[in-house]
Amino acid sequence: MGDPLVQVKNLGIGFTSRAGLFLPILRNIDLAIGEGETIGLVGESGCGKSTLALAMMGYLKSGLRVLEGESQFHGRNVFDMDERALEDIRGGELALIPQNAGQSLTPTSRIGRQINESVKLHTRLAKEQRRERVIELLSQVRLPQPQELLNRYPHELSGGQQQRVAIAMALAGEPDVLLLDEPTTGLDVTTQAHILELLRDLATETGTAMVYVSHDLGAIARVSDRIAVMYAGEFVLEGSAHQVLKQPAHPYARGLLLSIPRLQEAVVPASMPGLPPSPGEAGQGCAFADRCPMAEQVCGDNRPVLEPTAMQELVRCHFHERVEQLPLPESPKRPDRSNLDELNNILRFDNVAISYAKPSIVDQILNRQPDVTPTVDKIDLTICRGETIGLVGESGSGKSTILRAIAGLLPPQSGTITYDKAESLNTSVGERGKDLLRSVQLIFQNPDASLNPRHTVAELLAQPLRLYFGLNGDKLRERSVTLLERVRLRADYLERLPSQLSGGEKQRVAVARAFAAEPKLVLCDEVTSALDVSVQAAVLHLLTQLQVDHGTTYIFVSHDLAVVRALADRVAVLYQGRLCEMGPSENVYRSPSHPYTEVLLGAVLEPDPDAELVLAAEDAVDLFPPAKGCPFHRRCPRHVGDICGNETPPWQPTEFGHAIRCHIPLGELRDMQYQSVTTH
Amino acid sequence: MRATTNIEPVKPEGVFVRLLAVLLAMLSRPSGRVGLILVAFHVVLAIVSPAIAPYDFKELSAQIILNAPSSEHWFGTDNLGRDVFTRTMLGGRQALLVTTVSTVLAITWGGFLGILLGLVGRRLDEILMRLVDAFLCLPWILVLLLIVVMVGSGPGVLILTLGFFYGIPVIRMARAATHDVVALDFVTAARARGESRSTIVWRELVPNVLDVLLVEGAMRWSWMLLAFSSLSFLGFGATPPTPDWGLMISNARSFMSFAPWAALAPVVALSSLIIGINLSADALAKVLGIDRAQKAPV
Repeated sequence: MGDPLVQVKNLGIGFTSRAGLFLPILRNIDLAIGEGETIGLVGESGCGKSTLALAMMGYLKSGLRVLEGESQFHGRNVFDMDERALEDIRGGELALIPQNAGQSLTPTSRIGRQINESVKLHTRLAKEQRRERVIELLSQVRLPQPQELLNRYPHELSGGQQQRVAIAMALAGEPDVLLLDEPTTGLDVTTQAHILELLRDLATETGTAMVYVSHDLGAIARVSDRIAVMYAGEFVLEGSAHQVLKQPAHPYARGLLLSIPRLQEAVVPASMPGLPPSPGEAGQGCAFADRCPMAEQVCGDNRPVLEPTAMQELVRCHFHERVEQLPLPESPKRPDRSNLDELNNILRFDNVAISYAKPSIVDQILNRQPDVTPTVDKIDLTICRGETIGLVGESGSGKSTILRAIAGLLPPQSGTITYDKAESLNTSVGERGKDLLRSVQLIFQNPDASLNPRHTVAELLAQPLRLYFGLNGDKLRERSVTLLERVRLRADYLERLPSQLSGGEKQRVAVARAFAAEPKLVLCDEVTSALDVSVQAAVLHLLTQLQVDHGTTYIFVSHDLAVVRALADRVAVLYQGRLCEMGPSENVYRSPSHPYTEVLLGAVLEPDPDAELVLAAEDAVDLFPPAKGCPFHRRCPRHVGDICGNETPPWQPTEFGHAIRCHIPLGELRDMQYQSVTTH
Repeated sequence: MRATTNIEPVKPEGVFVRLLAVLLAMLSRPSGRVGLILVAFHVVLAIVSPAIAPYDFKELSAQIILNAPSSEHWFGTDNLGRDVFTRTMLGGRQALLVTTVSTVLAITWGGFLGILLGLVGRRLDEILMRLVDAFLCLPWILVLLLIVVMVGSGPGVLILTLGFFYGIPVIRMARAATHDVVALDFVTAARARGESRSTIVWRELVPNVLDVLLVEGAMRWSWMLLAFSSLSFLGFGATPPTPDWGLMISNARSFMSFAPWAALAPVVALSSLIIGINLSADALAKVLGIDRAQKAPV
């Protein structure tokens, strides 16, 4: 290995505030990236990861400026280069893959043309060769039938395919360094796993160095040789991926790792209290001192320096030798669910089908249902009082559709949903009584969208309180304050607008709004997937605590099997709106499982450098459910023949109410899965 | 929780408090500062000009025809010997009055119908939107001329016709903005909670659509000014001897080669007002966080 490709030396970047103060975003960053090396930058939102990655290509967001230090690429400081010189290296030798690849592709231009443009810009190939190169690039990122893909438009591709095209474009200039800014955030679990495998293989095949930016240690663990943990614009820990993930020497890195839910254990992960400081707030001492479980007087007074440890890591902590001995933080106890009784159910689905198709005029006149395969079909499910049931599946699996039906936003096409053994939920919102409306509450994925930006927290909480309990005046305020306390926010938050809250605080307000109604059943629609891992852990804590206090029943929808594991007593796995597997989570997470569950489990990213992904099936989700047969047969890695496509598989019960819907006998399924585990 | 403690608590919002906050935020941007000063200058001038104008705007004088600017007549005189400075000061009064009222009219009826169509949807929406498309195809200036010729060109007629025609594109904007907001989860949340339809419209929807309408209104205002001046220029807007910029430009056009001041003064006045409005609209859009590039119709 010769000179490093990228060398960042004592880099400091910041901006000048309105008050005229200089506020740093990055402080004293030193980093060297050698040929073919993959380095992961990890930290919560606002820690300066993206700013650092962009600075490596000489790009600063408007208002930012370099305070000190430099960033070299091939020995030249990028901040000394003029626009022309920068244009030459950007996209060519130094390429960026952004988070939302779909948005970085031009919607009106065909895939082939877009990649061709990058090839033309960065190579000197003749026209014919360029076409060949485009096809070569598309096969390199493992897109099937590249010839055909050339003539497609971006909107005709799935999110994962778009991300692959973006990677192909970045590879067009045969870059020395690839900068990846959260390239898999927002993708389905299986797609994410496939993209990460692809990136890892590309790194070894082409020898390209990579800088991988993510808040997700699981993703970082898959691809990185080295990991740098950032906090408040500083490196707090840098070392080999193995060392950082196995024995983190900094309390922040340890906290991040502990906040990730694991498949192996059914516990709510530990959360880290507090928020990272805003620029300029870090003060004299260690930036993490406020949130650190082992902070002492010296931490608030003196800023620690990056010092090497015995394990060849660099760590910025006064007491890094002690990190390992820190006690494990306590997790809230989940309520005891050993005596769940299906007879004491709160919600019951009988052969429910839900469809988005609207009847045409002819259908309306003849008073018949449109003849299309419904989005969600044949759902039989009983939800016990006080339990948490997890609905799991990729996007398009009908999880949210089921929630919409329960909430009365999209009444089912056929079958019955019964609430509390008596009341029919086949009604729309307008037909429901106030008491029923109050009992069923919904929490959404993205608090930015579910909280009206124009309303203060007081107004947001007042809405359900006025509607269901007719509260106003002092009583209303009193009750709102109690609600805020319950989600651990101070009373002065009442006067704030959503834009003045952090992501986690917004979601807490959304939770408080749902609990204002004193509901019996709370529908959680991907409530943590828009949040950072550390914040996610805090919200999971909160939900568990509220359940213990109020005995609420949760239906928890998520695509992340590890999160569901942390919270759910029972799990239902859905594919294309059909149930595949159902049972206590202990059993679902253990073999034998439905082939689809197996695929999902294999794609879960764990922050463990030794854990191998098992990619059994293609990541392309089918676009519509099949009219007959097993919904999963087109992707199934254990497809056994025509029977899969023609006949609906039977429910095969194992024990404790666990059942799998597959044609393969359970014993065989277990053997197959046992074998595949041992071969990996 | 340090990150948020430095934020000042927000008072429960009244309309005026919010308006003041928006104005202050606009003033903190260079474009908003320049724009608002220009607009304020013109509005104040339009109100006080009759009291401070140095000459009578319709006083003719055969001795001083097309005189160059001098200490007596700062902007010179026109072909009838009238003081251009006086007439320029007064020339925005009718234009501002007519366009302001018709802007409010256009935004009100267009906004109302647009929100309604965006909410109700289905067939009514289909039919009315095709009608809107048809109206947008009409060459509006010809239609305006036709109406003016048929009904006459009093300020009332102008206000109604301008207000009507400029309200049609507003329908589209309001409808699109309504669609955007209705799709957001907070509206779904309100529906799932079982809130009444009027609560959803007034509490959840209107406050969020209003921003788009405000920015749209500011833009419409400047286009309407141009339209009004064009009509005057063509002889169908303000009637002589009313001092009006469009009319003055039209009048001075024939003598432009040797008396450019008579045309220059109203041109500068009109342009500065329109630039002022456009800059303010830009600043307003930025302050309210609306991406005009994406939402501009055609």
